[in-house]
Amino acid sequence: MRDRGSTWLAELQDVSFRYGTRQILDGVTLRFQRGRVTAIMGPSGTGKTTLLRLIGGQIHADRGRVQVAGRDVARLSRAQLFELRKRMGMLFQSGALFTGLSVYDNVAFPLREHTALPEAMIRDLVLMKLQAVGLRGARHLMPNQLSGGMARRVALARAIALDPMMIMYDEPFTGLDPITLGVIMKLIRKLNDTLGLTSIVVSHDVQEVTAIADYVYLLSGGRVVGEGRPAELLGSSSGWVRQFMHGLPDGPVPFHYPAPDYGADLLDGARESA
Amino acid sequence: MMSSLQRLGRMTLRFFARLGRGNLFMLRVLAGMPSVLPRFRLLVAQVYHVGFLSLPIIVVASLNVGMVLGLQMYNTLVDFDAESALGPVVALSLVRELGPVVAALLFAGRAGSALTAEIGLMKATEQLSGMEMMAVDPVRRIVAPRLLAGIFALPLLAILFSAVGIGGGYFVGVGLLGVDEGAFWSQMQDKVDWREDVLNGIIKSAVFGVVVTWIAVFEGYEAEPTAEGVSQATTRSVVFSSLAVLGLDFVLTAFMFGEP
Amino acid sequence: MNKTAVIEVLVGLFVAVGVAALFILAFKVSNLRSVGDGEGYVLYARFDNVGGLKVMSPVRAGGVLVGRVVSIDYDQETYEAQVTMRIDAHYDRFPVDTTASIFTAGLLGEQYVSLEPGAEEDYLADGDEIQLTQSALILEQVVGKFFYGQMTQ
Repeated sequence: MRDRGSTWLAELQDVSFRYGTRQILDGVTLRFQRGRVTAIMGPSGTGKTTLLRLIGGQIHADRGRVQVAGRDVARLSRAQLFELRKRMGMLFQSGALFTGLSVYDNVAFPLREHTALPEAMIRDLVLMKLQAVGLRGARHLMPNQLSGGMARRVALARAIALDPMMIMYDEPFTGLDPITLGVIMKLIRKLNDTLGLTSIVVSHDVQEVTAIADYVYLLSGGRVVGEGRPAELLGSSSGWVRQFMHGLPDGPVPFHYPAPDYGADLLDGARESA
Repeated sequence: MMSSLQRLGRMTLRFFARLGRGNLFMLRVLAGMPSVLPRFRLLVAQVYHVGFLSLPIIVVASLNVGMVLGLQMYNTLVDFDAESALGPVVALSLVRELGPVVAALLFAGRAGSALTAEIGLMKATEQLSGMEMMAVDPVRRIVAPRLLAGIFALPLLAILFSAVGIGGGYFVGVGLLGVDEGAFWSQMQDKVDWREDVLNGIIKSAVFGVVVTWIAVFEGYEAEPTAEGVSQATTRSVVFSSLAVLGLDFVLTAFMFGEP
Repeated sequence: MNKTAVIEVLVGLFVAVGVAALFILAFKVSNLRSVGDGEGYVLYARFDNVGGLKVMSPVRAGGVLVGRVVSIDYDQETYEAQVTMRIDAHYDRFPVDTTASIFTAGLLGEQYVSLEPGAEEDYLADGDEIQLTQSALILEQVVGKFFYGQMTQ
């Protein structure tokens, strides 16, 4: 199933999604260009991870259309969806390595599941992928012997094991020390450019994203509130975009959680205890 | 404020919803079974985890149960000068009831809880979700081999429980208390029927194997993906499967050994 | 040996131990090797009262287990209990005037059918009925008769 040569590898058109009574996405339209690193940013809890799960077909939109490689994800049969997923990689925040398998077996897992390659060839491929993330020497370790950054790199090697067309990163910069952070940033950019991937990065780390992304969407309250190249967004005149991009404590997003008037609240307390 | 009637109704609904989900889940697992069989290695690894690793507790427990049974029954039988009936009494208790039931309860505690915790943790750490994104169905790859291994392992453990328990009874009765060895074995062979007693006991343990493993994998798969959720699921798994074993045991016993 | 190989050996061991235990249950603990099902031949006998006789109760001749009770029915024509027995194939020489009695093994033991061969030249074959029978001794009746001095038979 070769996709049409459109500029956009994945598209979300006017997508809404609610979880229980909570409206998580409300009419979101996003497009992801081939060969580029596109970032989705926004405060915690604005449905960024939900977007990735929609693209991966794990959940379906209540309204709107999710297209990947020219196909409507919600309309695919299970077998077709699995076929499509073999061409997508996803990097979970925790790494999601299989705790019972060694680093080597983790990276070999998708190859063993989806190909009938002889073990010798699988070995070559696994070592190649591990070399790309710099962990060829760690192949005998078990996941519980890895640091958080190493686990994420192994997961990255596993995500590219089947040479996917796109790769999705869920909060790849969270909880890393500065050195590992630099390594991961470099890897995302390098893999994107050398393997000809299309990358989608979900994150709330402004500095890292502006350093590596080609295009950025800003999400808040389930809506797209800003989009553009990182430089454009940094210089944006919109109050909300400025507040988020520069990390200002107060602005359109108030510092205080909605509450009754401070003075009245205090007086209320005094009256109640009286 | 919710009235207790409303709460009862809600609990009943939730119970049936859970039962329904459990059955649908079982159907999905059964549909995934054929894809396990060619991958024999996966099955062997799971039989190791649920079967071989349960051996120590099964052997120790059955030896103790057999020895206690030998001692207690001897004390009762000797009053009627019927200590030669020790063999059949010990063997029948073990083969019909204690073997299948106690082995299943220990299995629920040892292997069932481990299965629930393992699958629950895999869910909590996004391993199942990650597997799905790698286009691998976790129900087939993770759940189906575990269920099959449990169904296969428990009957073997129950048979072993009965055999070792009878050995324990023999040790106490013949070795320590001086029951005649010939009478012990010959009376046993005379009274214990292969099909009526032994085969029915094995059928019982096979049923228990299905139920205990089913509950274990289902609770793990349905667990709230947090540390607390997994621990609750593990507790529920052991409690529910133990209750299910005891309840089913009564039904199966009435069905198998009741008057024809 | 690598880890998978070790696991495979241990699982093999586990299965072997389980199967060995099954053999113990089959041949040492239960009676798989004696009177099997399906083989052998069927004899019938009618009793006034079968007492505590049950399906699967033993049939003995000279104290030796030769068969088992297959079914017990109540015949509404003759008001008698009809007992069907399956006799092991190689015990095929019971004379036609063999007596079938229901005895109790010991005071509290189980009840069984005892066959006492007669003197005829012809032997019972599959589907034949044993004509001479003696019913179970019911303890209450024996005690009752004893007390009221009615032991006239």
